[in-house]
Amino acid sequence: MLQVTTGHRHGTLALEADFAAPTPGVIALFGRSGSGKTTLVNIIAGLLPPDAGVIRLDDQVLTDTAAGVAVPVERRRVGYVFQDARLFPHLTVEGNLRYGLKRTAAVVKIGFDEVLALLGLGALLPRRPHQLSGGERQRVALGRALLSQPRLLLMDEPLASLDLARRLEVLPYLEALRDRLRIPIVYVSHQFEEVLRLATHLVLLEAGKVIAHGTVAELSLRAELQAIVVADNVGAVLEGRVAGVDADGGAELAVGRGSFTASLPGALPGTAIRLRVLARDVILATQPPQGLSVRNALAGTVRDITADDDGVLVSVDVGGATVLARITPAARRALALKSGDPVWALCKAVATRGHAFRRPAG
Amino acid sequence: MLNPLTPAELEALRLSLSVALRSVLLSLPLAVLVAWVLTRARFPGRTLFDAFVHLPLVLPPVAIGYLLLLLFGAHGFLGAFLREHLGLQLAFTTAGAALATAVMTFPLMVRAIRLSLENVDRGLEQAARTLGARPWDRFRSITLPLMLPGILAGVVTAFAAGLGEFGAVITFAANIPGVTRTLPLALYTAMQSPNGDAIALRLALLSFALGLLGLLAAEVLVRRARRVLGR
Repeated sequence: MLQVTTGHRHGTLALEADFAAPTPGVIALFGRSGSGKTTLVNIIAGLLPPDAGVIRLDDQVLTDTAAGVAVPVERRRVGYVFQDARLFPHLTVEGNLRYGLKRTAAVVKIGFDEVLALLGLGALLPRRPHQLSGGERQRVALGRALLSQPRLLLMDEPLASLDLARRLEVLPYLEALRDRLRIPIVYVSHQFEEVLRLATHLVLLEAGKVIAHGTVAELSLRAELQAIVVADNVGAVLEGRVAGVDADGGAELAVGRGSFTASLPGALPGTAIRLRVLARDVILATQPPQGLSVRNALAGTVRDITADDDGVLVSVDVGGATVLARITPAARRALALKSGDPVWALCKAVATRGHAFRRPAG
Repeated sequence: MLNPLTPAELEALRLSLSVALRSVLLSLPLAVLVAWVLTRARFPGRTLFDAFVHLPLVLPPVAIGYLLLLLFGAHGFLGAFLREHLGLQLAFTTAGAALATAVMTFPLMVRAIRLSLENVDRGLEQAARTLGARPWDRFRSITLPLMLPGILAGVVTAFAAGLGEFGAVITFAANIPGVTRTLPLALYTAMQSPNGDAIALRLALLSFALGLLGLLAAEVLVRRARRVLGR
């Protein structure tokens, strides 16, 4: 469990955070630029002493201003992957990787060879940082932090300086890290796609305040998150398991008490899947639909209807899971929708975006 | 003109090299410390301290030599102390010439080192901190290597300038053949003697060549160091 309770004034930013998140896992700090994400990470790292607060990792107090506790950065055993990598230019890749390893007093649980294999760094060892691509630099920075045997890994937008291709190159390494090592990770991002793929717990920051936190699926239904992501990207996040696959790349997922069909070529039965169903891709029907190509017609009841600048957002309980549908005010009037009404939510299998996602055990 | 150097000229060359080398070794650790203090420390009177460090650049060298004589001379407050406790005499010795040279070239060295320290990315030191490096370890393993181009530039420039230090040396250490008569002092002596024109010209050319060599060496070394750092 990572507990963060802090208040800090930093320039014009008044930071206020109070949350506890389960560990191990990936705790994503998500918010717009300037919302205080980096400040919060620097406080957790100990690089920035907060005006007031408590930082606790499992049974260890890292900061407690009231009790006068402030474990120095160099003894915190908190690995930090900076946005700009910050590799030491006078050392080779190997020298960089071994820098923290040489200095750790802890029992070496993550070995040099293991990190080389996990991050694909073997061929880079004799190179100097200026001879690396952006993606390679971030992988080396990640390896360097891991080898310092951290109890907590902080990653401040490690992919932000990379183009899309490099991002897609590094993301699988981060997923591997989450699934194979049991190190809690605090991951800062303003890209929801990254959060969707990596996070087990989501903390939302807005103008320095933590406005909500919880699982990604929970928060996907909340207005706080919907206000931060681009309106087009509002959608419910469903979590399920692959129950069966067909020869054409369609997969039958067990979600809540029902099942959901998505096109997920290459999915293996039993894999945990996290799926985003965008609200603008969901159609509502007040009668059982017939003769349609759509693969998912989920029977449910209207739970909630909210109107905003972008139209009407309807949340529908479909048996242990909730989907969101974006409709026009005219459609709402035509269907005379109200809370508690029975409806069918139609979702095209090809319109959903899914990622294989294995929660860390325990 | 192209004759090999005479024993007296060789002696002056050897002394100049020895004095410059000793002065650099003497001032380097202190210059790194002062550069660090001027760049990183915040304390009242920092601007005054900064000005004080740079004084030798603007003061007449003779004045520096005179001040050293007052401090380290036989009756000087530090001179008496050194002679009593360490049996060390500085005025009118080669070591004294090195001290005078060190004081004169100190600002040059501090400036070069300070410039390189200002360019060291504090973010890299923070990264080293998160990887478990304590303050001295951080300085030794990250800050110092990253300052290397500036340290090399400072050392070579101070060395080259030290070869030719005149006013402070002649005032504090006098013009004693084989002890403190370095190249510029030998040149001055030759100019003062009736038939010394040819010797003076040879010594002037030698000084010119040494100075040029020193500055070129500084440039080459700094470029190499930068390449290692990938800049």
